Amino acid sequence: MKRFLYVNRKAPYGTIYALESLEVVLIGAAFEQDVSLAFIGDGVYQLAKGQDTKGLEVKNFSPTFRALEDYDVNKLYVDEESLRARGLSAQDLVVPVEVVSAERMAEIMESQDVVLSF
Amino acid sequence: MKLGILVNEGPYNHEASDSAYQFARAALAKGHEVCRVFFYHDGVNNGTRLTVPPQDDRNIVKRWSELAAEHKLDLVVCIAAAQRRGLMDKGEAKRHGKDTDNLAPGFRISGLGQLIEAGVEADRLVVFGD
Repeated sequence: MKRFLYVNRKAPYGTIYALESLEVVLIGAAFEQDVSLAFIGDGVYQLAKGQDTKGLEVKNFSPTFRALEDYDVNKLYVDEESLRARGLSAQDLVVPVEVVSAERMAEIMESQDVVLSF
Repeated sequence: MKLGILVNEGPYNHEASDSAYQFARAALAKGHEVCRVFFYHDGVNNGTRLTVPPQDDRNIVKRWSELAAEHKLDLVVCIAAAQRRGLMDKGEAKRHGKDTDNLAPGFRISGLGQLIEAGVEADRLVVFGD
């Protein structure tokens, strides 16, 4: 078994990276590897509660993060400074996460076998 | 070393595609193995045979095809990303009732599982993207 980390750095809308990253996570879950997700920079917006995409005419995919638990994906790490800089806290997010310092995030990355950055 | 490569950006629009190609070529020249190159996001556009770049420019699609032929590389285009962006092989074109296919020689279309598999099998998975 290998340790896979998906690093989400982009806002949920504006580009397709976030949505297609989540598609990799969902497919990858079937491979029974050790999976973690990291949210850094604008990537933290992917988890924000209350997303309304009607005006954009694209699908709001944030509810999918709540389904990750069913896939045994439950290690979600969010960069503390990225949250704070955007006026957010863990209570503003759609799923339970572990808020970590940049130093801790670096350790998490260092401990992985495969880091996929989106 | 056994290497997997992920290309997340399209040709000409972004240097990631050039860098991935140059990295693959350099790694092969040093005797490393490239077990798979996986194309995702707009990276799937590296696999369209219908590109016609100016004659004094590099031909990104063609040089991937040539590298694949020379080294028996496994160039895999993600099916979900490809369907969104209009990349298809003969089978896909037939299945969706399209009047042509556009996948370049040396590429094949398959699922995201191929990316995960490359991550599992390779010593290193190297990501090229924004």
